[in-house]
Amino acid sequence: MASAKIGDVICQEMIGAVAKDRNVLAVTSDSRGSAALNPFAAKWPENIVEMGIAEQNSVTVSAGLAHSGKRPFTFAPAAFLTMRSIEQVKVDVAYSNTNVKLIGISGGNSYSYLGATHHSLQDLAITRAIPNLEVYMPADQHQARALMQYLTTSNHPAYVRIGKVALPDVYSDDETAFQQPGHGQVVLDLGHDVTIITAGETLHIALDAARQLEQTGIHAQVVDPVSIKPLDQALINQVADQTHHLVTLEEHSRIGGLGAAVAEIIAPRGDTKLNIIGFPDAPVIAGTQDEVFHFYQMDAPAVAQQVKTWLEK
Amino acid sequence: MEIKALELKAAQMRLATWQMIYRAKNGHTGSDLSCADILVALYYSALKQTPATFTDPNRDRYIQSKGHAVEILYSVLADRGYFPKEALATYSQFNSDFIGHPTNHINGIELNTGSLGHGLGLATGIALAGKLDQRDYHVYTLMGDGEQAEGSVWEAAMAAGNYKLDNLTAIIDHNRLQITGPTEQVMNSEPLAQKYAAFGFNVVEVNGNDMAALVAALQAPNETGKPQLILADTIKGKGISFAENQAGWHHRIPTPEEYAAGVAELEAVIGGLQ
Ligand SMILES: [Mg+2]
Repeated sequence: MASAKIGDVICQEMIGAVAKDRNVLAVTSDSRGSAALNPFAAKWPENIVEMGIAEQNSVTVSAGLAHSGKRPFTFAPAAFLTMRSIEQVKVDVAYSNTNVKLIGISGGNSYSYLGATHHSLQDLAITRAIPNLEVYMPADQHQARALMQYLTTSNHPAYVRIGKVALPDVYSDDETAFQQPGHGQVVLDLGHDVTIITAGETLHIALDAARQLEQTGIHAQVVDPVSIKPLDQALINQVADQTHHLVTLEEHSRIGGLGAAVAEIIAPRGDTKLNIIGFPDAPVIAGTQDEVFHFYQMDAPAVAQQVKTWLEK
Repeated sequence: MEIKALELKAAQMRLATWQMIYRAKNGHTGSDLSCADILVALYYSALKQTPATFTDPNRDRYIQSKGHAVEILYSVLADRGYFPKEALATYSQFNSDFIGHPTNHINGIELNTGSLGHGLGLATGIALAGKLDQRDYHVYTLMGDGEQAEGSVWEAAMAAGNYKLDNLTAIIDHNRLQITGPTEQVMNSEPLAQKYAAFGFNVVEVNGNDMAALVAALQAPNETGKPQLILADTIKGKGISFAENQAGWHHRIPTPEEYAAGVAELEAVIGGLQ
């Protein structure tokens, strides 16, 4: 199966975007290498703005650039962009409504052994609580490409969280992978026993888990909202109508992320159960991303087992 | 405008601000009065921007980093015709756009400020865009001296110096007071002139309550190839004798007696200049 690093896809889309619109800029905070932007910098040296290791100022300067007609894409490790710079995101981008696209690289547990300083397991909670900020998690190269086509022409502030590793293709083409803000889709529909909702790097894990569940006689759906905010409420209600059992899987604290966003929609219904799978509210164990996912029962076999046990309760 | 006319304008803006704060029972009185001369010098003698050109990509820009001194900014913008003066009657009222810090819901205000330490970075981005697009506009920002304790100010100063943004002029309302007391006691940020020079700025020191000095500093072309810092020595509460140099007047609301005394002082100044 084909796979690609989302950062490489974004870089290629950035190169193409500048060809169409010279106002598109990449703003970096000594992060062009980790953001996979070296080909962009080589192709469009005038369109990369280096701010040094100063993520707060990087966001504020981006707001100033956007206010003057530029289209900045501001790249920084998600951990810094959504924590150190969050007030700049809230005030200078979301509140002032400047057209800044915040690209959080190496999100979630991507930095694995580098520790909690570098993990962003709270970014969805904090970004989705800010008015006037869209939040996205692309799951494969097709979705990343289609999302970038949208972002390079949209005038709305947005945060995009991506990881480091190559992701297997989930979608067959760009057109079906992403349509518009607040529009998700059922990616796999094997039946209506349970719905697994997940976005970004964990989508392929959920798909594997659903196929493993199928072998045990449990027929699962997998839903990819891609747009964490706005979240596709109609789709969440649709699958709640169908299965009444929702499971969310996220590379994020179980507090405040995708699971919480789904809970906010279904709690008033009173007819749908929800199981939130994610990182515990505790210091994260050291390990590779795979080892850590296995430890927290977030790899495909463990997710399948958790879903099975939960449904049998 | 002649200097005397600008001085009259500043006194009128002080009076309008004093009245606005007294009416609403809300505002940063001492901070407004401190920078009244700076704003008048900027808007009436330097900033190439009018209500008609406010959306022109080649206009000069102003970012008020010390957003809490918003009442004096509202007074100046109303006088310049960005919105009807009557609109200011809603200041600090339910559902008004005229709140206690600048927002871009108000015609004439570029970006939302009020959280200190953002203005210089915003101005840096605007100046950088001007360089990238080869436009010859100028961007101004006004900071407080207490604000200099914000680390983000120095991230922005480093970037402005690094990119040699000579189309940027930062002004510090250097009244040496902040809400808790003297800035040098609360958190000493001095020597500001040397610090900004070390960050790559051309530093100009002026008396920030001397209209002729301010106009000269703002109108002098910056041919240094560096961003410019105007360190404007001011008196907090300037123009109302009992509010001058009193940290307690940072956001104090005048009593009826104080209000009347302040009006009398400012009207006397206005009468003398007319
Ligand atoms: Mg002060």
